[in-house]
Amino acid sequence: MTTRFSAGIHGWLLLLPAAALLAAFTHFPAVATLVQSFRSSPKPNRPAAFVGLDNYRTLVEDPVFWQSAWNNVWYALGTIPLSIALALAMALAVNRGLRGRAFLRMAYFTPTVLPMIAVANIWLFFFTPQYGLLEQVTGLFGAPSHNWLGSPSTALACVIAVAVWKEAGFFMIFYLAALQQIPPVYAEAAAIEGASRWTYFRRIVFPLLMPTTLFVLVNAVINSFRLVDHIFVMTRGGPDNATSLVLFYLYEVGFKFWDTAYAAALTMVLLVVLGGIAIAQFGLLERRIHYR
Amino acid sequence: MTRTARGAAFAEGLETAGAWLLAVLWILPLAYAAWTAFHPPEFSTRFALDAPLTLQNFANAWAAAPFARYFVNTVALAAMVLAVQLVLGTLAGYAFARYEFAGREIAFWLVLVQLMITPDILVVENYRTMSGLGIVDTVPAIGLPYMASAFGIFLLRQTFKTVPRELDEAARVEGAGGLATLWKVYVPLAKPVYIAWGLVSVSFQWNNFLWPLVITNSVESRPLTVGLQVFSSTDQGIDWSIICAATLITAAPLLVAFLLFQRQFVQSFMRAGIR
Repeated sequence: MTTRFSAGIHGWLLLLPAAALLAAFTHFPAVATLVQSFRSSPKPNRPAAFVGLDNYRTLVEDPVFWQSAWNNVWYALGTIPLSIALALAMALAVNRGLRGRAFLRMAYFTPTVLPMIAVANIWLFFFTPQYGLLEQVTGLFGAPSHNWLGSPSTALACVIAVAVWKEAGFFMIFYLAALQQIPPVYAEAAAIEGASRWTYFRRIVFPLLMPTTLFVLVNAVINSFRLVDHIFVMTRGGPDNATSLVLFYLYEVGFKFWDTAYAAALTMVLLVVLGGIAIAQFGLLERRIHYR
Repeated sequence: MTRTARGAAFAEGLETAGAWLLAVLWILPLAYAAWTAFHPPEFSTRFALDAPLTLQNFANAWAAAPFARYFVNTVALAAMVLAVQLVLGTLAGYAFARYEFAGREIAFWLVLVQLMITPDILVVENYRTMSGLGIVDTVPAIGLPYMASAFGIFLLRQTFKTVPRELDEAARVEGAGGLATLWKVYVPLAKPVYIAWGLVSVSFQWNNFLWPLVITNSVESRPLTVGLQVFSSTDQGIDWSIICAATLITAAPLLVAFLLFQRQFVQSFMRAGIR
């Protein structure tokens, strides 16, 4: 009994430093965000006061928030399927043992190790009007000049393209790992049966990759709310808020306009969304994963 | 028969071509940055085989902003975060893997919360905390929210659970206490996991942007990413050659390490992602 008791003490002591930091910088701020979202922002002549649902009322009536939220939905719908499909295609290409597969793998994976903020500068130049690379290429085909990042109709698509470029190679490695786990006898059996490669992929490989797809999907969904670094360089949310995402808008409200209470309400939106994803993941996906 | 064989060969050729096209597209931004950075500015939008090579853009970029200081800050940040993460993660992972204590399951789920609600979402409240502690605009303030890593704790818990109990008991029979057993038995066996985690952690801190942007406002504490952003958005106008050189300077250490230890990098990210 005493040894069990002391083991319990030891367990908690080992856990304590990490638990204290997690509590201070994850759990406490999450709860404090909720509290702050019901208060007003402190001003030099007026301390913060309880304002009930005022911040949420502001939020509901704020057209920029709604635009950021819708942009975020489009951003998610643009990046998630595209990056996953490309990741799978890349993994299949690398796994097939094509000539130069080492180069292919290197090329696909390199964006993962590069700082997003740095590569955004290069992409910015690609999209520059008149002498940017994209303009030079479209100019060759006689297309009229177009300001890709400057027009609301194309800016979000450019931002999505950069995010897909950044993510696909990262997701590829999970598919690659899963593909290497598939026993070669399946391919041999399929070949003997005369199944085409497409049939083999659709009926055998793709179903076997399902757990990986779900894992990658969850990561892609989370990233669609977190990956905003390139917006700071490429568009700063513009033109006319066409590329403002929720986390980017949160930054602007909290640290450019210093309306911390309203920023807390915006943070709550993200916390609720991510919490919802966590619950969905726990309910739907984790049933097959055994943690012990 | 020959027609389907030819069709299959054609399809395969098409796939190969597609794979290569994709690879070229994916490497193009980096190749372009390298071209512009190593050539005089007049060649930044013009491609000519006889363009002279130069290092002048790097010299100009290095002189135009305190990159040396940014490097020091980033290296200090990444090293500090990794060191604390490794120690705290090892202790916590060991506790979860091998100790029975009241509230262990709940504590574990509370740790996993950080996988979803990452520090970059909580910038507003964490800024208030740092401001209350009086450490805004310091390198430790950038690192603090990341020092307890749910991801690392989880990774080590899973690894430590695979260590045979017999090894643990043998060490205890020889009189080793809990910490000595951890150090002599568990840590050496988890070496590949530590390497994987280390690479992922350093890459993450090296590339992190939003929180460092929020919490720093001087040259003394800014990491490279924030320094580059300040440099390219204010000081520079549109001198692409210098911006490309600065971009390569920022990315170079990780990029070179990646090119040298490709297999290790890919496997580390793989290992770190698969739970």
